Amino acid sequence: MAGVGSACLTIGLFTALYAAGASVYGAVSGRGQWVTSGRRAVYCLAALCVGAFAILEAAFLRSDLSYALVAEASSTDTPTFYKFTAVWATQDGSLLLWATLLSLFASAVLFLTRRSLRDIAPWATAVLACVAGFFLFLMVGWENPFDTLAVVPEEGAGLNPLLRHPAMMIHPPMLYTGYVGFSIPFAFAIGALIARRTGADWIRATRRFALIAWTFLGTGILLGALWSYSELGWGGYWAWDPVENASLMPWLVGTAFLHSIMVQEKRGMLKVWNVSLICATFTLALLGTFLVRSGILDSIHAFGASTIGVQMLIFIACVIALSAGLILARLADLRSSARLDSLLSREAFFLLNNLVLVGLCLVVLWGTFFPLISEALTGTEETVGPPWFNRIVTPLALVLVLLTGIGPVLAWRRVTPKRLLRIVAVPAALAVLAAVVLLAFTDAGDSVPSLLMFAFVAFVLGVVGQEFVRGASARRVMTRESWPRALARLAGRNRRRYGGYLVHAGIAVLFLGVAASSAFIEQRDVRLSPGETMRVGDYEVTYREATARLGGDGGGTGAPISFGAVMDVRRGDQSFTLHPSRNYYSTGDPSKGAISRFFEGEATSEVDVRWGLRRDFWLAVRPDLISLEGPIARADRQFGDSPGRVQAFVIGTLAELYREDPPPAAFRAIVSPLVAWIWIGGAIAVLGALVAAWPSPEARLRRVRSLYAARVGRELTRA
Amino acid sequence: MEYGLALLALAALIALVVTVPLRRGDQEERQDQTRIEELRAAKEAKYREIRDAELDHRMGKVSREDWRAVDRDLRDEAIEILRELDRLEGTPPEPGARTPS
Repeated sequence: MAGVGSACLTIGLFTALYAAGASVYGAVSGRGQWVTSGRRAVYCLAALCVGAFAILEAAFLRSDLSYALVAEASSTDTPTFYKFTAVWATQDGSLLLWATLLSLFASAVLFLTRRSLRDIAPWATAVLACVAGFFLFLMVGWENPFDTLAVVPEEGAGLNPLLRHPAMMIHPPMLYTGYVGFSIPFAFAIGALIARRTGADWIRATRRFALIAWTFLGTGILLGALWSYSELGWGGYWAWDPVENASLMPWLVGTAFLHSIMVQEKRGMLKVWNVSLICATFTLALLGTFLVRSGILDSIHAFGASTIGVQMLIFIACVIALSAGLILARLADLRSSARLDSLLSREAFFLLNNLVLVGLCLVVLWGTFFPLISEALTGTEETVGPPWFNRIVTPLALVLVLLTGIGPVLAWRRVTPKRLLRIVAVPAALAVLAAVVLLAFTDAGDSVPSLLMFAFVAFVLGVVGQEFVRGASARRVMTRESWPRALARLAGRNRRRYGGYLVHAGIAVLFLGVAASSAFIEQRDVRLSPGETMRVGDYEVTYREATARLGGDGGGTGAPISFGAVMDVRRGDQSFTLHPSRNYYSTGDPSKGAISRFFEGEATSEVDVRWGLRRDFWLAVRPDLISLEGPIARADRQFGDSPGRVQAFVIGTLAELYREDPPPAAFRAIVSPLVAWIWIGGAIAVLGALVAAWPSPEARLRRVRSLYAARVGRELTRA
Repeated sequence: MEYGLALLALAALIALVVTVPLRRGDQEERQDQTRIEELRAAKEAKYREIRDAELDHRMGKVSREDWRAVDRDLRDEAIEILRELDRLEGTPPEPGARTPS
């Protein structure tokens, strides 16, 4: 089937080119049947990509080692879940995933707009087809996932052990869905610029796609953080790593875009800003894909060296040139139809929030590319670490959270200072109360930025709560509904607004977790022998015994050997047991002995965490295998040529040797307060985004015939 | 061989599907239908704005005077959209329909 898969890609490339050409010809000539034909070509492209992806997945699932990609990233003993997800652990598979998701998104938006945006949609089709065509071009020309091997190996290399984590396997498709999703508003923005239709039509047609993209990208970032926290063995969830930053940047600018398009929809303002933001978001999404795959920056997340770095850079440069050229050429069409009425208005604060978000993105961009910049200027590669990022990002994040609270209370056009003060009085009092209580009863005062963040979070939650209560109260005055019903119907009929409020609450809660866990973390690195005890914070941790497990680690990653520890943990009256371990994966390196190969391959930490709403207790172990070096070397000499069954017995004996007389092992124990609220806040934000993206009941309104003014009133009442 | 055959079969299939609109030359979409869809979307957006403004007023964010001014403008814009919708859909304006000021 590899030939069929390759054919899908080749035909897909030509189909994409045809879709672009037919759509442009239809738009220029005014012959709608060519536009329809171009749109159909995009549907066909989606079918081809899905077909190719299914063929590749099937090859992975049945461990068809005649595929070079399967041999490189999977093996017969890789667990089925990881066989399924190993496709996107490879560069070629990632490219195919990108093209598949893009063709599906493009088909969906073109189907939904098939009877509207007649001027814009053909150009958007051409842009989407060109982007998909570019990724197909990369696969056909350089990274064909259907390449086969002349000699089929007996066994594959297996999936990179670091990637054998559920969060890490869901994380890439989430990120890619986010990246790809932003190509939809980008394509329609370009279409609007070319067609000189710079009103809010393109925004209305694609806003939901942008929101979905934002949600997926955010979820992907959170899952990446969760993976880092529970797999990498260093205890943190964010390290300002280049690849982490690469996913954060389009999310930040995408957040700014989602806010500023509301200003264009409501007031006809910020048109230049909006098209610039979406072009920047898409460019950053491409940059994110490039950074993960190019290997130009050192990152724990950058897997494999790339053969397509130059092509990606040329494409990114083309996107920037096209976007900037078009925006400049259409400046006259992008002139706003309204002016800012007052600095105390929602649109003014949205603009401020945009500046902060874009500022954050620029900081992250500078820090990420600083090694390349410094090398270009001075010849020496210098990096900026987390302290640099934290120093600059913290004040901006504080301002952002504060704006997250102020934005929702402001009305469009203008609010008088007196009215504003009245509206924010209760949330502000709540913030002050929170700060005072924390100062009086906790150590929060030790970190001023954290204390401020806690107060601002209280303010945001107060604002959101107040908005729900006031809205439901206003509704009850009219409808006399019960509180729960009024709340539910209020949110249900204003999904965009109240979904947005939920997102704000979620982000505030997330920042609460970040502020507490980064400022008040307690960590200890200690070497312990069985029976010894250490203290970290209020916890007393005793190394009870060593463990050694063969052929089946706790996480189901397929590791052949796993060494660990049984740890008894006490905090006051509370006690529990943790089982941190370290998995060892065999290497195919022929320079190693037959037995050594099982101990000297990749190793990954299997952290054990006691999750809690108030604090997590996190524990990792790094066993010292030095005592086994001598016996392993002897086993290599004596049993190197023995049958596999004998070698398995020998490895079992060595594992037992470690378990019975383990040398001191290195432990890292961390008490991380409120870290669970990062994940909870993220989940609340995702829920809010889903509410906001869900179609409103107004879309199902029927038309009513009457006098126009009365009709408007009546239709509004129905909603 | 497998690649070549698949290439030919897929190319033929795709060509067949994408050329259907070209072979049905008379199936070109009507310009008016496109505009009608856009106006319907614009109408829903305008209604949402009116509702938002009213909610803001009820929640005490906007004074009654400001809200009335905004509401009047938004309703006039909505009426304009409805007028154009009716014109494109071939429905004569209702007798006595108010002209926006």
